[in-house]
Amino acid sequence: MINIRSLHKSYKMGNSSLHVLKGINLDIEEGELVAIMGSSGSGKSTLLNILGMLDVADEGDYILDEVPIKNLNETKAARYRNKFLGFVFQSFNLINYKSALENVSLPLYYQGVSRKERQAAAFDYLDRVGLKDWATHLPSELSGGQKQRVAIARAMASQPKVLLADEPTGALDSQTSYEVMELIQKINEEGNTILVVTHEHDIAQMCKRIVQLKDGVIIEDKKIKQVLASSYVQ
Amino acid sequence: MFNRDRWREIFETISKNKLRTFLSGFTVALGIFIFIILFGLGNGLKNTFQEFFLDDASNAIFLYPGRTSMPYKGFKANRRIEFNNSDLADIEENFPFFLEHLTPRISRGALTSFKNESNTYTTRAVAPSHQFVEKTIIMEGRYINHLDIVNKTKNAIIGRLVAKDLFKNENPIGAYINIGNSAFKVVGVFQDDGGDNEERYIYIPYTTRQLIEKSNDEIDQIILTFRKELGHTGALAFENSLKKYFKDKKVIAPQDPNGIYFQNLTDDLKQSQRFAGVLQIIVSFVGLGTLIAGIIGISNIMVFVVKERTKELGIRKALGATPRSVIQMVLQESVFITTISGYLGLFLGILVLESIGLKLEEYFIKNPFIDIGTAFSATVVLILFGAIAGYIPAKRASSIKPIIALRDE
Repeated sequence: MINIRSLHKSYKMGNSSLHVLKGINLDIEEGELVAIMGSSGSGKSTLLNILGMLDVADEGDYILDEVPIKNLNETKAARYRNKFLGFVFQSFNLINYKSALENVSLPLYYQGVSRKERQAAAFDYLDRVGLKDWATHLPSELSGGQKQRVAIARAMASQPKVLLADEPTGALDSQTSYEVMELIQKINEEGNTILVVTHEHDIAQMCKRIVQLKDGVIIEDKKIKQVLASSYVQ
Repeated sequence: MFNRDRWREIFETISKNKLRTFLSGFTVALGIFIFIILFGLGNGLKNTFQEFFLDDASNAIFLYPGRTSMPYKGFKANRRIEFNNSDLADIEENFPFFLEHLTPRISRGALTSFKNESNTYTTRAVAPSHQFVEKTIIMEGRYINHLDIVNKTKNAIIGRLVAKDLFKNENPIGAYINIGNSAFKVVGVFQDDGGDNEERYIYIPYTTRQLIEKSNDEIDQIILTFRKELGHTGALAFENSLKKYFKDKKVIAPQDPNGIYFQNLTDDLKQSQRFAGVLQIIVSFVGLGTLIAGIIGISNIMVFVVKERTKELGIRKALGATPRSVIQMVLQESVFITTISGYLGLFLGILVLESIGLKLEEYFIKNPFIDIGTAFSATVVLILFGAIAGYIPAKRASSIKPIIALRDE
């Protein structure tokens, strides 16, 4: 699903430049649930942003579902993001004046899906994350966990090939974190490919594979036995 | 542009961001409103001005006799010059090509009474042509005619306010009033656009006045109008030859500035028009200034609005919005709001101007108006600049990488 070869990225900081990714090689198959771990500054978020086409690599190849991702202008990147990717952010990033239902249906609006269809689909996804009774509520009326579940429903609404989650539990207490991870595991079980960036060990243990990043290189890449989040959820 | 779904999205955004909608709408509406009010009031001022200064015939020349200040051809200085009826005949005979109307004017103050009412008014003894020189408007009856002059009749035409003072609600036509010690029959009532003072005069035939004053043939002043086709230069030439003729006839030194006075209204007219022009420039300047202030206002609001939306635009981009659709959304929304509120301000402004009408007349503002073309152009300009002011930050926001936009808190 994802193939990365010798990926480099550096940021200019005034006169000096900061080499963040120093040749990353990574292959991810369809249906995997991968945790990308590392301390802050290890380059894990940069990697995720490049995978999400929110940022561009300096050199190296990135192939997503057999489509080489290069020479992207903003318009093309926007189309690919819309077609291939779903995002979940630490700070939820819901549009605050839109209801949960409208937030979830927004990616479908940009796909050109008709209003009726996208509302039906959005409602369906809200139902799947257990929030169909909250469809008309604004984000400010939802709890953190509920917000993140709306965000996950929104990310899934466009039926992406890969779901990218940047510290999805970073702003949540542990109980809520496990609930969100349970949802992610459930979506993964349905066959979706998911990448989770996290620095929490217990969250990483709930994935099927852990990639350890340090100072811009992968130092460890191992498959693990998944811990089911449901075992923590009371 | 006519995508129903996009309009729905825009209406939703507008209705759920009331402060933003209000701010940009209010700025444009206020800008247009103030522009129209100021411009309209300026026009009202111009109206009053025109009424004040352009009331009398603009092609009139006034001749007043004076005292000489230089000895000439055996005459001493300080000799009094007088006009008489022969001067009228001479002008008519020598300048037929230039002349349009000619009238003498003899002004006297006199106690005037009707029944128990009395007051002192100025009577002007004139010829029929005086009506055209002064632009007198007859309300009832008639003006002085040729027969009055020939027969030296004791007929009088009284001003609207004289009639009001003396007759109250009675019909003055045909009634007899006492002017000084003579009884005059009122044959007409007039009004004048020149203001209240102009309507407190009484006109009588000049020959009658001369008869009363011991049958002399003296004249206070001569007023004449020249043919308008002469233009300003022609008028000046006419005035010069008139001057020369009269100095010759009355034996006044050619260099003497005091023997006879000429007042040529074309000079006044030219000054008045120049003043009106300056007034126009001031009005336009005020209008332009307001418009620029409005443009700056709406530009500020637009920059603020887009800045405030940076994060939202980042989210939209992460979800697949193309830069084009982001710009389009921002612009369509702002143009929609500014258009609606712009025309709201336009109609409100025009409504207020209309309702002012004559209410501010004592502040020299009469019938303020704005021509609809100017008003519409101003509105379109403001909307256009609102769109441009929105486009620049929208363009920038759309080209920021979503990851940076998302970081914006």
